[in-house]
Formats: sequence, structure tokens, C-alpha cells
Amino acid sequence: MDIVINEMSLTFSGKSMNESFARTAVSAFILPLDPTITELADIKTAVSEAVTNSIIHGYEYGEGQIRLDAKIYSNGKVVIKIKDKGKGIADIKQAVEPLFSTVGGERAGLGFTVMKTFTDNMKISSKVNGGTTVTLEKYIIRRNRAVNDDDLG
Amino acid sequence: MNIETIFECGELTAVLSGDIDHHTARNMRIVIDGEIEKYRPRKLNLDFRKVRFMDSSGIGLIMGRCRLMKFNGGSVKLQNIPSTLKRLIDLSGVRSITE
Repeated sequence: MDIVINEMSLTFSGKSMNESFARTAVSAFILPLDPTITELADIKTAVSEAVTNSIIHGYEYGEGQIRLDAKIYSNGKVVIKIKDKGKGIADIKQAVEPLFSTVGGERAGLGFTVMKTFTDNMKISSKVNGGTTVTLEKYIIRRNRAVNDDDLG
Repeated sequence: MNIETIFECGELTAVLSGDIDHHTARNMRIVIDGEIEKYRPRKLNLDFRKVRFMDSSGIGLIMGRCRLMKFNGGSVKLQNIPSTLKRLIDLSGVRSITE
């Protein structure tokens, strides 16, 4: 039972001010699922990490476009894809290691660790000079939903 | 302004508010580091009571201030961490370098 019941897409500039926009938009999109404060915070944090990565690493502050696609499934699964066309990740295994950062300084090197911990599944697909797509999946436990079975179409 | 600082009895307290992400952390860092430079406190208290959201940029902010305070012979204390931020703080391991 994996039917898409709602979806949305956004394209925005890879500017740091849009980190807040992206996570707030996703938060508003999943609100009808009546997530708990923790579930909402988890998703917002994971989205913020992915978008920040695209800005800092993908585009190295060069301001490309970031595309975000979000889908809600009938079983409560939320799938969020964050895609950039930046420089890509040469070594994914190294990039996901806790405390690894290519830029150092003020970066904790925890982006992928947070994305992995705060979601139920995380996928990275990347190509050097071709961009990176991060897919985040999270199940929102069914409670009193504004999106009910009538919306399943 | 999403940061308020108080210097008292040799301690600098920074009350952070709103969202801490890569965008907002930059300004917080500039303000805190400016105050550390000015007062040379023996302790920096980072107060999170008014923080609604934080991602790993906040951890970077804490780690960076720990390095700076340690370099000056001081320390950092985390105060009033909201329950929603506890998981991230615990996951990061910053508790081992702060009070």
C-alpha cells in the first residue's frame, strides 16, 4: 500500500537564506499528517542539512538552483528529494563519516550523520561535476490525520 | 537581532534565539567572538532557552567557541537546552567538551 496521496516540488536559489525557507515549506507540507513535535523537528533538521550541503559543498556558495521534491504516501511515508547540479561528491563513504568535513572551520562534519539518524532511510546519489541528490524517507506515525482515506483517490 | 549578550562577574552569557542554521550562525559567531575579544571572559555561557530550531551548524558554532575559549584558557557552558535540541546535542558529543 504505497500510493502517493500528495506531492509538491520547489526550485529555489542556493542562497543560505533559503535553508529556512526549504525546511519551513516541507514542515507546512507535512503538517496535515499531524506529526509529533519530534517528527517535525527531525524532518526539518534533515532537510536543513541537505540544503546546506548543496549550498556549501555542491555550489561552494556559487548560487546554483536547488530542487526539492516531496511526496506523502498512504502508509504515512514521507519522501523528500533534494537535488543540486553542483560539483558532486568524490568519495561518498568518506563524506558520510561523522566529523569528516572538507571545509573544516565552523563546520561540525555532522550533516550526513544527522540526516541518517533523524530519518528512517537516507540515499545519496552523486556524480563528480554532475550534482548530488539526497533522498530522505521518514514514516509519520498515523494519528488523527487531516489527510484521510477519502483523499486516497 | 537573534542574539543578546551579557558580561557579568567575568562570565559572558550569550542568549541565542530563533533558528540556528548555517545562515544565522554566521552572525551569532561574529557577535560572540567580538564580545570574547572585548571582555576576555573566563567562561562563556551559551543559553538556548529561546532557540526554536537548530541543525548541525549550531554544533559547529559550539565547537568553534569551545576552541576559542580553550585557547584563551576559558571554558564553555551550555544552558537551558530545549528538549527538541537534546537529541542533536547528544548525538554530536559536544557535551564532552563543554560544561
